[in-house]
Amino acid sequence: MGQIYFIFSMSETTVSEANNGNDSRASDISEATIRLAGNSQDGIQSIGGFLARLAGRSEREVMTMMTIPSTISGGASIFQVRLGSGEVLSPGDKANVLFAFYQHSYDNHVNNLTKGGILVYDSDHVEPCEEWLTKYRHIGIAISSLTVEAIGGTARDKGKNIYALGLIAGMFSLDTTKLERLINERFGGKGESIVKTAMDAFQAGCRYQSGDISNLFRLARGGAERSNQVVMSGNEAIGYGLIAAGVRFGAGYPITPWSDIMELLRRELPKYGGSFIQCEDEIASVSMAIGASYGGHVAVTGSSGPGISLKTEAIGWAVMAEMPLVVIDVQRGGPSTGLPTDVEQSDLNIALYGGHGDSPRVVLAASDVEDCFYTAIEAVNIARKFSVPVFVLSDQAIATRIEAFNEPDLKTICKDVELDLSPVPSHKPYDLSSGDGLSQHRAPGTRIEDGRYPVVTGLEHDESGHPSGDAVNHIAMTKKRRNKLKTLADELPVPEVYGADSGDVLLVGWGSTKGPLLEAVEELSNNGDALSALHIKHINPLPNGLDAIFSRFNSVYVVEMNDGGVYGYGQLAGVLRARFADARIKGINKTAARRWKVSEIIERVKASRAEEPVTA
Amino acid sequence: MSDSATIEQSSQDAGERQPVTKKEITADQPTWCPGCGDFSVLSIYYKLIQKRNIPHESVTTVAGIGCSSRFPYFVQAHGVHYIHGRALSFASGLSISRPDLHVFTFGGDGDAFSIGGNHFVHTARKNVKMTYVVMDNFVYGLTKKQTSPTSPIGFKSKTDNWGALDQPVNPMKLAISAGATFVARTSHTNPKHLLEMMDAAMDHDGFSFIECLSECTEFFAGAFDSSNPRKGGEFKLMPEDHDPTDEAAAYAVAGEDFPGRFGIFYQVQRPTKNALETGVIEAAQSKFKGQQAHDILQANFNKMK
Repeated sequence: MGQIYFIFSMSETTVSEANNGNDSRASDISEATIRLAGNSQDGIQSIGGFLARLAGRSEREVMTMMTIPSTISGGASIFQVRLGSGEVLSPGDKANVLFAFYQHSYDNHVNNLTKGGILVYDSDHVEPCEEWLTKYRHIGIAISSLTVEAIGGTARDKGKNIYALGLIAGMFSLDTTKLERLINERFGGKGESIVKTAMDAFQAGCRYQSGDISNLFRLARGGAERSNQVVMSGNEAIGYGLIAAGVRFGAGYPITPWSDIMELLRRELPKYGGSFIQCEDEIASVSMAIGASYGGHVAVTGSSGPGISLKTEAIGWAVMAEMPLVVIDVQRGGPSTGLPTDVEQSDLNIALYGGHGDSPRVVLAASDVEDCFYTAIEAVNIARKFSVPVFVLSDQAIATRIEAFNEPDLKTICKDVELDLSPVPSHKPYDLSSGDGLSQHRAPGTRIEDGRYPVVTGLEHDESGHPSGDAVNHIAMTKKRRNKLKTLADELPVPEVYGADSGDVLLVGWGSTKGPLLEAVEELSNNGDALSALHIKHINPLPNGLDAIFSRFNSVYVVEMNDGGVYGYGQLAGVLRARFADARIKGINKTAARRWKVSEIIERVKASRAEEPVTA
Repeated sequence: MSDSATIEQSSQDAGERQPVTKKEITADQPTWCPGCGDFSVLSIYYKLIQKRNIPHESVTTVAGIGCSSRFPYFVQAHGVHYIHGRALSFASGLSISRPDLHVFTFGGDGDAFSIGGNHFVHTARKNVKMTYVVMDNFVYGLTKKQTSPTSPIGFKSKTDNWGALDQPVNPMKLAISAGATFVARTSHTNPKHLLEMMDAAMDHDGFSFIECLSECTEFFAGAFDSSNPRKGGEFKLMPEDHDPTDEAAAYAVAGEDFPGRFGIFYQVQRPTKNALETGVIEAAQSKFKGQQAHDILQANFNKMK
């Protein structure tokens, strides 16, 4: 099997370009996007997982994307992995190589191949189409029967994912030693015979010799700054970020795609002396988390769309009672039950405004897997300092995809916060004296030496927490709850503009649109069209200084995966228009329940520009 | 999470400190109507705190929404006035994360059996360590006389002018069938019995539930006269031969006609949620002795390379 040959290449050559000629011997490429299409029980995701981890160990950037149907077993499933030596910003619009395990995989995904892409299909299940044979390079391999031949046993499809992994390893001259080590780690706990079966399947795949498939490509290696990477999903990154920040209690209720985070916390927190409780419903889980926060440790709850709706009354209480709390919302398609396994960014409004009354809370949005880790940490620290609920918005796309990122320095980052019950001479839970809106909670068990103990409450209250219906007091307390967000805003960094600092068009995004936005800026600038982008992570409060940035551009387009609504702009665009009263802020929206493709963004900007000629 | 310690141990730590006085533990003047049964529950709570010598800073009182849920404002101690129906969930989070405290939760029949019915069932089932006192007045008082989940059939309210139609909840039966490990019934008219029940509830290691009949003199006056000897009724204790560990017997007594019996209907020992979670923590931590958080997390990250 092929020697591993890494090339340090600055070439922008991609798979399709490299494959244009007939001579396909080991072309050097800088990136490749591979899509695996099969059924959900085939272990498609584990092939992707192996490739992602291999990339992490090989100093390459990687980004993956997967869709799993909401049915329990069966149904089409895909996993797309993009490997590259430069910075990989998105999972890739189109695949260079498609692995089709079934006829439906072939039929439904052939359109996602780049021009001149390679189509590897399981000839046991797929009958190629005449029309496409000329358009794409077809390689038929009897994956199912060759797997059975390699590992023996029945004709069940078990193991063909690992066989396919072997094929991919052969095709891309991947490091088989490292892959074998990964297979050992993955199956080691399941007994020798399982490891042997997996290894047999993998090696048979690697050995598959055909002029068609062996050593087609060599992937260039990344720079030294990627020397120490960890590979995980966005949901894992949020879970570990919370632990790193010192969260030791959480409560939740299962819902897709949030459940992974609660499963992780349930499994991991006891190691740190903490607990995660599965509750009878969403309301109980947010309430338990707030109860634990009241006990003195910042606690977490989380959910996806419908569950967040249920939690809103309790979150309003935490705003009113000024209790720290972290709320994770892994957004999915809505409203109502909506599209449980698809992506959308339509929960911004509920995060910002969900609940009755004036209830200011903090809203942060994570942009990629690495950012999930750091955003979770930031959320905990803000909740702790400002005694306020903090939303972390993630989405289905980041939650399930796997990326490699530079290993964080855990020793510096990790916090293990001790419960502070030291006596205080006196205490007002809603002290108005500081003016910045901040006041600190004292947990039960704290002796208040003047004997005047606090009540924390959802009734409007005076500084001690006792009910007050007085209008002047209500104005002062409303101002207090609002002012602490203003205090936070003063601490936030002004986001950086990607591309030129001023110009014609500024694209604005939040959350997982970051990658496609930056790629659009890059792609257009390569074609000589100037375009800049701004990604906003802190949505409530907004950082100061955005108006100055907007003023340097002719048009501002807010790119979101949500509906443009009655007036033609989406949820963040609405916030920005209200904040800056700037009619140049327009929306570019989609709700197709799929992530933005770079090409789509570019087309939509161009179309919009054509409609409204630039008035410089 | 802090080390597990009982409240008694902390009172020893308090050294020479005197028990908290009634004056020290008394806060705002209660907003309840004159003659309200809740006054008696409040004064018995003060008595319990003094009798048990609970350190002032460890008294923790949680309530939801309703007349009775105003309770924490009247206690000069750490208190929580949470949202309607969810006090038990809040108290569970506090209890599980702070095993050093004994959490008291107070509420009314609407809070416990209507809007919070789901949480009542699951807190009982999980056996979360705390004492829950429901001041049951068979009517919504704060919102001025609507039918409550314990209103008897025929009770004329603003939402049932012609008399309540629906079968009322039987709190004893509900608690027993949900898996509560301490189920008792008392009345505000018998303070001595009320204190006895609260004392026994606090001794119980688990979810201890007390239904305390507490008359609403404004909207359901005389509701409990048949259980009050001073009004010609009878305060009937549990049968002398009642075995509180006998679930079927407890259920049978709970089925007696109103005003029924008073005392401990059911009490068994079952591991608390708190103890079970502590067990999980101890098992998990035994593999990471002497390691700091970053070491434990690093081990996970090493597997993700």
